[in-house]
Amino acid sequence: MTPSWIWLTIVLPFAGFLVNGVLALVKPNAKRAVSLVGPGVLLAAFAVAASIFAGLWAHPPEEPIVLPLWAWIGAGALRVNFSLQVDQLSAVMLMVVTGVGSLIHIFSVGYMREDPGYARFFAYLNLFVVFMLILILGSSLPVLFVGWEGVGLCSYLLIGFWYQEKANADAGKKAFIVNRIGDFGVMIAMFLIFWTIGSLEFTDIVKLAPTAYAAGGTLITVITLFLFLGCAGKSAQIPLYVWLPDAMAGPTPVSALIHAATMVTAGVYLVARTSILFSMAPVSSMVVAGVGAATALFAASIGLRQYDIKKVLAYSTVSQLGYMFLGVGSAAYSAGVFHLVTHAFFKALLFLGAGSVIHSMHHAYHATHSHEDAQDMRNMGGLSKSMPVTYWLMLLATLAIAGVPPFSGFFSKDEILSAAFGRGAENPVFYVFWAFGVLAALMTAFYMMRLIAMTFWGENRTGAAEREHLHEAPAIMTGPLVILGILSVVGGVLNLPEFIRGVPHQGLEKWLEPVLAPAAKQMPVHMPHGSTETILIVAAILTAIAGLIAGWKATLARPIPVAKSAPEEVGFARVLFNKYYIDEIYQSLIIRPLVAISRLFLWKFVDQGVIDGLGVNGSGGLARALGWLGGRLQSGQLGLYVIVFVAGAVWLLHAVIR
Amino acid sequence: MFNFLTSIGYNSWILHVLLVFPLLGAVAVSLSPAALAKRLAFAVTLVEFILSLGLWWSVNTANGTMELMQTVPWIPQWGISYAVGIDGISLTMVLLTTMLMPLCVIGSYSYITEREPGYYALILVLTTGMIGVFIAMDMFLFYVFWEVMLIPMYFLIGIWGGKNRLYAALKFFIYTMAGSLLMLVAILVMVRVAAVMGDGKVSFSYFHLLQYAQSPIMGRIAPWLFLAFFLAFAIKVPLFPFHTWLPDAHVEAPTAGSVILASVLLKMGTYGFIRFAIPFFPGVAFSTFVTNTVVTLAVIGIVYGALVAMVQPDIKKLVAYSSVSHLGFAVLGIWAASIQGVQGALMVMIGHGFSTGALFFLIGMLYERRHTREINAYGGLARVIPIFSLILTVVALASIGLPGLNGFVGEFLVLVGSFRIHPYATGLATTGVIFAAAYMLWALQRIIFNKLDKPANELIPDLNRRELAVLIPLLIGIVWMGLYPKPVLDKLEPAARRYILMTKGLVVPGEDVIRTKGASQ
Repeated sequence: MTPSWIWLTIVLPFAGFLVNGVLALVKPNAKRAVSLVGPGVLLAAFAVAASIFAGLWAHPPEEPIVLPLWAWIGAGALRVNFSLQVDQLSAVMLMVVTGVGSLIHIFSVGYMREDPGYARFFAYLNLFVVFMLILILGSSLPVLFVGWEGVGLCSYLLIGFWYQEKANADAGKKAFIVNRIGDFGVMIAMFLIFWTIGSLEFTDIVKLAPTAYAAGGTLITVITLFLFLGCAGKSAQIPLYVWLPDAMAGPTPVSALIHAATMVTAGVYLVARTSILFSMAPVSSMVVAGVGAATALFAASIGLRQYDIKKVLAYSTVSQLGYMFLGVGSAAYSAGVFHLVTHAFFKALLFLGAGSVIHSMHHAYHATHSHEDAQDMRNMGGLSKSMPVTYWLMLLATLAIAGVPPFSGFFSKDEILSAAFGRGAENPVFYVFWAFGVLAALMTAFYMMRLIAMTFWGENRTGAAEREHLHEAPAIMTGPLVILGILSVVGGVLNLPEFIRGVPHQGLEKWLEPVLAPAAKQMPVHMPHGSTETILIVAAILTAIAGLIAGWKATLARPIPVAKSAPEEVGFARVLFNKYYIDEIYQSLIIRPLVAISRLFLWKFVDQGVIDGLGVNGSGGLARALGWLGGRLQSGQLGLYVIVFVAGAVWLLHAVIR
Repeated sequence: MFNFLTSIGYNSWILHVLLVFPLLGAVAVSLSPAALAKRLAFAVTLVEFILSLGLWWSVNTANGTMELMQTVPWIPQWGISYAVGIDGISLTMVLLTTMLMPLCVIGSYSYITEREPGYYALILVLTTGMIGVFIAMDMFLFYVFWEVMLIPMYFLIGIWGGKNRLYAALKFFIYTMAGSLLMLVAILVMVRVAAVMGDGKVSFSYFHLLQYAQSPIMGRIAPWLFLAFFLAFAIKVPLFPFHTWLPDAHVEAPTAGSVILASVLLKMGTYGFIRFAIPFFPGVAFSTFVTNTVVTLAVIGIVYGALVAMVQPDIKKLVAYSSVSHLGFAVLGIWAASIQGVQGALMVMIGHGFSTGALFFLIGMLYERRHTREINAYGGLARVIPIFSLILTVVALASIGLPGLNGFVGEFLVLVGSFRIHPYATGLATTGVIFAAAYMLWALQRIIFNKLDKPANELIPDLNRRELAVLIPLLIGIVWMGLYPKPVLDKLEPAARRYILMTKGLVVPGEDVIRTKGASQ
């Protein structure tokens, strides 16, 4: 198909949303229809996407193909069309979103089958894909912003999917509000861009930015920092990462699709999409890389001490997103996108694998009417026996995320770290970022192996009665896992490094070149070569292996107590377990004071006290007082009248003469 | 469509009919028995709406001038005439009004159970008043309509309102009256000065006064005249700190009263700025002091309204304070006087009419079921009344400016348009989008999400057909204006451009008269 059919990829899931949405309201038990429509529309969208991608592959466009749909907002010089843009970058994202999206939709058929909100779930999931596609296909910042806030909405609805629990509804709300802080940044950036280059179309930005802005100037730095605020919100970076761990309150397929593979990478996508701007703002790029590196390390350290299997993966996601920002902040945009893609494979696999484990644990506890925590790894152990497929696949994903060659994560992570190291030659602070990245890689290998060891190895701690009920997931769930497993293993071929001879290398980088060339002109990437490259690679591999072994040994060194009889954490482990108390700090420094000020000062004092009390009712009182005074003056006593008259006359005379 | 309308002479009678027909309806409704009154009122408002629709095609909005101008001497010795006209701005406001009124009537069917003929008759009188305000081109006539609209509202709140209705009605009345009396004095002074300066002709005509408003003599008293107009309109908007009548009025008003108040009456403040206060005295309005003051008040209103909305225990008060926040955006855009800012302000006015109107209807429907507006009395409703919850969610999202729904278009344009002129103020105003999400989603969570833990909420019925008939037109508007606002923006653009020229004193007012004469002939 030609790219002009691209709208079909959006309309198909939208139709799915409508059908499932109506079913959710009218006939929530029509599960068979929902099972067909929900994943069906996604597979169809994937087929369309693949066919369009094949066309692009055969004839890669030099310029982005922009397809206007209708005139949206227009006032004066501001003309925003609702248009879609197809180029190499959006095509890659399109394949990831519809491809991984399809797999997760299929998995959900098994995972959510018994949920009473089955139809509603698929309606939301379909709607999410609609907005995600608008986000990646939008040809201008405002259209991107429709998708940007739309995915935030779906994220909100899906995190709070089981809204009867206050904690879940709280988590959804938190996600939306924290994201809005980021959206504020995107809006300011849009205003600044519009008033400086007169357009918000990406093609215009790429064309006009190099002449409109002075490279390294204040203006471009401010614009990109505001844009990055948006990215930090959507992609859960310091200081706005706090919503993502809580977002695990949603069903696990949601965590896989939205909070690992697609939506949270939108910030990375936005930096790549506006790479021309970031490449002209070295200070902003440094901030992006620094925040990314710091987040990678910080989140990984929290991941070391979590027991909830999804929380480990959540902090892992925050950490891996940090890597992607380290990449794009080092101007290695294609490396950032590369890691985005491989991460989508192995993290989706890890989350769905975790979902499969939770599904099994949940069934076991359900069967015995036990109320233990089905997500706490201290209640697991030895699951490799009952769930071999899930186990092997998660182990592969673990090797991939840890960066063991030849799995996909090795190549993408290595490319990011190399780019950061290379940037260090001109700005030594990047050596620090690189070191953060390496240290985070060590921690990543550690906490992932800890996850595998606690979940699948050693003695089972689920309970004697429950043990009988632990079982492997059905084929509709393991099927998608297998495909993701294959992709996690071989995903590296997308962009093999140059040192591997005799194979086509740097496929993704070359593919993205037409889109990223303008940025590369502004800020070229200097990858280390020769012996430096070799040392870096060997160091990376040793780091990964050391982390894996340490994670394994440390976890199984002594017996793990089950969750309910586990002792309290002490010392620094307690700080890590409590996530450095960041949520508590935000709560007491920002949220509670803001609510208290709004209630006690603004509402009770200013509104009711000053304006209403003194101003409005006060002026009523003043009128009454004046009336009373006037009444007293008309006393009928001539003497008083004379005094007042004389006083007035003197005052008047004084005023005139002066 | 245009040819058909021309063949029936639509342009020559439509504005009069729109004013007179509801009044006749009001007489008929007040004389009819209760059971018939509401049906009759619905028929009248529906016919009124259908009649007004023709304006969309028949009014030539391309020049941004006043079209369909008709002037009939009323009290010639005082220079008062019945003069009406319409441009793109008035057009959208009139259509917003006529579209809402049938919904207000059927939305009241089960809420109002006492003295129905009187209630519906007042609603119809109010309709005339509101339309009159938007099309009056004679300052005396304008003032009459302004008051005509005030009195029915006073009774709607005072008779059919809640427990504290008398306090609220009086507060509403005195607040508005204080502003409008000042405005009346200002109008009288302007007429007098214009007569002295000109050829002695006493005239309340809008264009006549516009011609003399910027002359040197008027110039010396202009700040005071502007202040009088400004206060009248600022109270109506309501601009911080003149807003404290609004929460009380909303809380006590019956549902339809709240809807009309929020969707139409508040817009008369911003409309007044655009049509009268600023074009009369652009020099004063855009002096550094006034601009800085108004922009500051608007931004305070945006942030303050949102923060105070966040901590309201009463849903209606929450929405009332959110209106203070939203209308702050409109004022900001009006004072930016850039094309995006002004068109954005107008879109905010229209968008707020849809989404806040729908919110008040929804709250009213909830109130009819549970007889409480306390947010904490609810929780978990999504399970009991899913359709209600779905619509409430969509409307709430529209209200907080989710792109793709109507609220975003206006807000975005206002912010884009103001940013170049007042970057720091606009930056602050943009934080409003964060606080808006906070108050709205927090309320939404406590109403439809969380545990269903109050037995009284377990058995309430979902929306019925009549209620859906009220909400669905508004929902269609919300989605349509969010995805394809172009037709409306196109209608507004020439008038908005003309307003901007007026703010710079670049329009020769006489030209208006000449052009509109040509158009109406």
